[in-house]
This record gives sequence, C-alpha cells and structure tokens, in this order.
Amino acid sequence: MNVILENKPATVPVKSRRRLPTELSIFLVLIGIGLVFELFGWIVRDQSFLMNSQRLVLMILQVSIIGLLAIGVTQVIITTGIDLSSGSVLALSAMIAASLAQTSDFARAVFPSLTDLPVWIPVIVGLGVGLLAGAINGSIIALTGIPPFIATLGMMVSARGLARYYTEGQPVSMLSDSYTAIGHGAMPVIIFLVVALIFHIALRYTKYGKYTYAIGGNMQAARTSGINVKRHLVIVYSIAGLLSGLAGVVASARAATGQAGMGMSYELDAIAAAVIGGTSLAGGVGRITGTVIGALILGVMASGFTFVGVDAYIQDIIKGLIIVVAVVIDQYRNKRKLKR
Amino acid sequence: MFASATASSNPLVGIQPAAIPVDEPYLLEIVNVSKGFPGVVALSNVQLRVRPGSVLALMGENGAGKSTLMKIIAGIYQPDAGELRLRGKPVVFDTPLAALQSGIAMIHQELNLMPHMSVAENIWIGREQLNGFHMIDHREMHRCTAKLLERLRIDLDPEEHVGNLSIAERQMVEIAKAVSYDSDILIMDEPTSAITDKEVAHLFSIIADLKSQGKGIIYITHKMNEVFAIADEVAVFRDGAYIGLQRADSMDGDSLISMMVGRELSQLFPVREKPIGDLLLSVRDLRLNGIFKGVSFDLHAGEILGIAGLMGSGRTNVAEALFGITPSDGGEIRLDGQPVRISDPHLAIEKGFALLTEDRKLSGLFPCLSVMENMEMAVLPHYVSGNGFIQQKALRALCEDMCKKLRVKTPSLEQCIDTLSGGNQQKALLARWLMTNPRILILDEPTRGIDVGAKAEIYRLIAYLASEGMAVIMISSELPEVLGMSDRVMVMHEGDLMGTLDRGEATQERVMQLASGMTAVH
Repeated sequence: MNVILENKPATVPVKSRRRLPTELSIFLVLIGIGLVFELFGWIVRDQSFLMNSQRLVLMILQVSIIGLLAIGVTQVIITTGIDLSSGSVLALSAMIAASLAQTSDFARAVFPSLTDLPVWIPVIVGLGVGLLAGAINGSIIALTGIPPFIATLGMMVSARGLARYYTEGQPVSMLSDSYTAIGHGAMPVIIFLVVALIFHIALRYTKYGKYTYAIGGNMQAARTSGINVKRHLVIVYSIAGLLSGLAGVVASARAATGQAGMGMSYELDAIAAAVIGGTSLAGGVGRITGTVIGALILGVMASGFTFVGVDAYIQDIIKGLIIVVAVVIDQYRNKRKLKR
Repeated sequence: MFASATASSNPLVGIQPAAIPVDEPYLLEIVNVSKGFPGVVALSNVQLRVRPGSVLALMGENGAGKSTLMKIIAGIYQPDAGELRLRGKPVVFDTPLAALQSGIAMIHQELNLMPHMSVAENIWIGREQLNGFHMIDHREMHRCTAKLLERLRIDLDPEEHVGNLSIAERQMVEIAKAVSYDSDILIMDEPTSAITDKEVAHLFSIIADLKSQGKGIIYITHKMNEVFAIADEVAVFRDGAYIGLQRADSMDGDSLISMMVGRELSQLFPVREKPIGDLLLSVRDLRLNGIFKGVSFDLHAGEILGIAGLMGSGRTNVAEALFGITPSDGGEIRLDGQPVRISDPHLAIEKGFALLTEDRKLSGLFPCLSVMENMEMAVLPHYVSGNGFIQQKALRALCEDMCKKLRVKTPSLEQCIDTLSGGNQQKALLARWLMTNPRILILDEPTRGIDVGAKAEIYRLIAYLASEGMAVIMISSELPEVLGMSDRVMVMHEGDLMGTLDRGEATQERVMQLASGMTAVH
C-alpha cells in the first residue's frame, strides 16, 4: 500500500477521516461487562447491579486508589519502563504521613511531640516520600542503565521493608479529623479525576507529554532529536512516585490508619489497568483516558463478581484471564492496523 | 539464523563425495528472481548459477541487492517472483531450516553466536548430540567439535566460552559451524570484514579444501584482492539487477570496478552553481579511539562535502562525533573560528547542527507517532508558551508549510508515520531538521531504501539548501550520489581519512581505490 501512496498526486486532501479512538472500544467493553452483570443480577439476585448508587460509589472509591497508581505507571510504561514499586511506596508514604497526622488524644503516638500538626504537613511529607522514591527509581534507571523492572523491584521490596520497620509493623491510627477528611466521602474520587485530567492534558498538550511518547517510541531517535532522555526519565519516574505518595495519603486518610500491609500487589492491578486501557508495554502508546477506563473495568469486575456471588478465588482466576485476553486482542488489533 | 535452525539428525562431520551428475553442471540456479520491499525494488529479475567445486564471488556496491539475494537463497526471505533450482529441481525454502536441510548453509555478516555458551554448544545448537537418556552428551559434543576444529586447523578449545574469544576467533567459530552442516553450498557474506590477514589466509585454505570436496561457495566481498585470490568466477550486481558474470582470471581490478559502478550519471543530480561562502566549520585531527582517527576537513557555507567509504569505514562515526551522540576523544572542532565542545545532541542542535541519521528505523522515526509529532520533535522547546502548553497552531502551520515545500505526501499530519512510504518518511525526517534552521546539515545515507523518484526530490532539496547557504555534509555508500552532489569528496577506509578529492578529480574509480584501501593520497 506504500507504493500506492507514493503514486498519488501531491494534492492529497489534507483532512482525512479520523479513526475511532481506541478508548471508545474499551469503553464499550466496560459497558458490556456492566450489562452482563446487570443481567446476572436479575437472574441470580433478582435486583439491579447498575441501578444502585451506593454500590457504584463504593466501586469508584475502590478504583480511585488503584487509579492514581495507574496514572503514574501508564506514563512510565509509555517510556517502555515499568514501575513495580507503586504499591510499596503507597504503604511507606501512608505510614509516614499517618505518623505525622496523629492526634494528641492518643497516648502511644509514633512521635508524641509531633501530634496535632496542621494537615498540610503530613500531606506534603507523604507526597515528598513518594516523590523521593520515584526520583531514586528514575535516577538509578537513567544513570546505571539497569532495567526498570529490576530497579523498581528493588524499590518495591525495600520500601515495603521500610514501611514495616518504621513502626515495627504496628499500625498508625488515631488520625486527626482534618487528615481523614481527605479520604471522606467522594474526596478520593475527586482527587483521582482531577489528577487524571491534569495528566491527560499534560500528555497531550505539553512538551513533557510529547517527550514521553517520543522516548517510548524510539529512545535513540529521541536523543538525536535533542531530548535529554535521562533527565526526562527521572521526571517520569518521580511523577509516578509522587502519585504513589498521593495514593498513600488518600488511602491512609480513608482508612483512618496507616498500615505497612497497605497497597499489597496494587502495583500489579495498576499495571493491569494501564494495559487493559490500551497502553503498550512496548512503549510509545497509551492514554490516561484508557487507563481510567481500564481501572473502572477492574472495579466493575470485582464489584460485579462479589454481587453475583462468585467465589473470591475464582474472581482472581477470571481477572487474570481477562488481563491476558485484553492484551492479546490489543496486539491483534495493532497488527491488523499495520497491515491495513 | 543458524541459532534456531536444526539440521539433519546425523551430527557427524564426514566428507561425502560430491555426487554430481555429469549432465547437471550447476549445484544451484537462480532464475529471474525478483524481490521488493515497501517502497523499493531490492532485486529485479536476477539470475545466478553456482557450479560444484568452485568459488563464485559476488560483488556490487552497498544496496546492490547481494545480501537480499543471499537471504532468499538461505530461506530468510521469500522471492516475489522467479525460481530457485537445486541440482536442476525447483525448490522453495519457506524457512532457513528448509534451506539448511537441503544443503545450503550461510555464514552471516553479523555474528550470530551466543556469548555465554561454549564453542561446542554454539556449533551444535539445535542438533546437540544426545545420549541414551535423551540428555545432552557433552563428551561426544566436545569430541565432535575437537574433530571439526582439527580438520579445519582452527586452534580453539571446544569448552571455551565464546564471550572470551576475540572477534576474529568468533568468526572462525561461525565458519566452523557453517562447515559442520556439511552443506553442498556455503554462502559467505563478507566473512573477512572482521579478521586479520593471518585468519584470511587460513579461511582461504579452508575454502580450497571445500572446493576440492566439490562444494559450491558463494563469496560476497568488497575486497578486490580477495576476489582475485580465491574466486573462479565473479558475478556483479548493481541496483538490484544482475549485470554479468565473468571468469576471475579474465578480469583485473579496473575492469571489475567499472563493471560495478559503470552507470551513467543521469539527470538525477541537479546542476549547481558554486557560490561557496565563508568558512563555517573546521575540524582538525578528530578521533574516536579504536574507531577513527586523523579526520580533518573544512566546510564552507553553501558547500556540499561528501564522505565516501565502505560500511564500517567510520563515516557514520564521524557524523555522530560531530553531533555529540558519541563525543570525540580528541581533536578540535571550530565553528566560526571558535573552538566548540559538543557532548550531547541538544548542544549540537543549539549550535546549528542537524543530523539525519543513517538508519531511519533505528534512530530516526518515532514509529507509533503521527507525521506532525515526528516533524516537530526537535523544535518543541521553541514552541512552548509561557503557561507550559505547546503552541499547537504555530507548529501546525510550520509543519504544513514544510510538508508543502518538501512535498511530503501524507493524507494528514495526524497520519501515523509508519504508513508512509520510505521516501515520504525520509522527507518528514528531513523536515524535522530543516525546521530547526540548521547552518550545518549532516545527511547520513539520505536516500537509503527509497525509490528513484523520491531520491531525485531529495537531491533537488539538498542542492536548493546548499544554494541558500547551508553547509551540507553528505555521507553515502552510493558512489554516483556522492560524486553527483558533492563539491569535494572525503574518502575513508577503516577509520582513516584516505584523502579528499575535488569535484574534478573525483571519479568513481579513484574513490573506489581509496575506499578499498588500495592507495592513499594526502
């Protein structure tokens, strides 16, 4: 077909039919899954799955935390990287932020002299912990050239260890009301959607976004085009870390406690959300809108299976299958697109 | 390719008499084979015949189609048209394995060995000697390897890890591996490009042995003297077409060169007046340790300086050193008389350099991004407004303008660049660099893999840019292109600058002589 293009006259019309965005097909899958559960709901439980605002709110709340991680890991995956540390970094920043948000009513506070602090201190520190962890990930990857898988695997293990060591495994509770307000009601959802919007815009309309796609598309060409690839990678991993930190703050505020076991294996759910949403592990491809829908699909499935009464173990089996099938379909679609 | 291939179950290396019927003089015949890739015709209607017990040398410039043809013979590519005949019978090789099982083995230009495995494991990979329990019989494997190496007089330990061997020794392992298949036809694609004279002599003695066993050998090389040393016949390719075949003893270097390059300089190259301007760039004794040394030249505004040389001569490395991709280890670069130190491409871009890289896929294209995103990448920092957003409108206008000027044929700027033809991709990448308003434009193989029509357009553009005062460095393997476009031609051979020829004295023969290291002028 290339040859045909070549033979066309130079006056090819500039405007062309725009392809349906890939997000639309994922969105249709989301709707489809919802409708399947709706159907099963009427058959098995004799009630509606979708027409239950309480369940939907709960579902989106659960999605928010994973979603925050997924927004970060999407950007990392676009650069052909991976971030395995997001769940552990979430736990670490949750612990540290919570320890600075305790009230003086509590006799066994982690830092008895640092209670009743203004709410911005634990928030900033929590974000800072995440940012630092991400910056370390990015610096190690950019400076030593070791695979992101290994660098972030190390961070995943160490951050979890540090989160446990911090209070010798004790949970941090009795958090101030102003802190727990961050996780109250729809706040996590609002934070999630605002962050998604920010990075959707950043990826599409800023130099940061263009460079991220360029590095993922062809790292060598990116360097030749004058992009400081190493610095940019540090920035991308730092942002992923920052979002893990934010997720840690939101999660601890919502649970009103910081626990070292928080966010266990969330990194895999986040990666799954990104991949289901159309982000390519080969790099250069991926969008925040897709990732948000991917996270919603995971949420709808978890909520729907519970609603229909599917055993939790079987839920995992099916979830695994769906992740693999989603990627297989995606690859098939890409191949067909190239052949066209 | 061999790595994944499995040969017949019999791993023993034996010398089998070549049973060739008297009425069938050819081992392998290639009849009217054509092969195209998107946007280019790599081979058109070529033929080739290999006799048993003889060495057929295959010559031609880079891009003449030799390697493509060999890959078709070895089953790596499928021909679009034409036929392969093995001992008179038509054959089709769907996979490299099928070719191997039919008795065709190939020593590749690139080394295909696994560094963490031993010499023996590398040679027998995929057809390991097994014991009664179906486990690998290492002792037998080492015995076979020792026997093979002894027969070939290669002095290597079968248990040595390939990673510990020198490049030349690895090449000898490759050769041993190819011989171990006991094939009737052995293809050697530039086997001497990485080895020293001593090993070359050794290789030639192995080739003589194989010849006496009745094997047919196809030997691809750029080196004139090798052809006359071992070849019985020489086949010449040019631009994907078969030019002719002659007995090696009926030719000399000059007649061979004119056969290889002997095409007319057609109207492809625009005539340029020569308003050469001020001295812009002055390079003295530039070197990159182990890669090239002693590279000195001056470049004026409005001048086109060609760099000729074979692959691996260091041409591309000079360009990458100038552009800061691999900063030089020594020497001086002066821009407008001021010494400059360029350690990274973004510094080079700031100073007015632009580099269209040699390998479009490897280091040029962003394959999954749109035409516009591919074009805008190098100028992006200049199109960021105060609030951090990209000035989409201004960029789009610039890209549209560039598309018009360069006649990039694309349905829209949003089109994924993968779907464009090679020529249009190349023009879009050229646009990327022209948008930076460079003063020095370095073009590395600007017309590789694109068709003649697009080539002519790119030549026209280069000539236009030079007439506008841009200084151009053009690296190319295609001699007519370098000669047709350049005001001066710098010729490199194995990392050394062999000489710089003015337009008047630069003939194809002269450049070829310098590029193949036969003589040097200083």
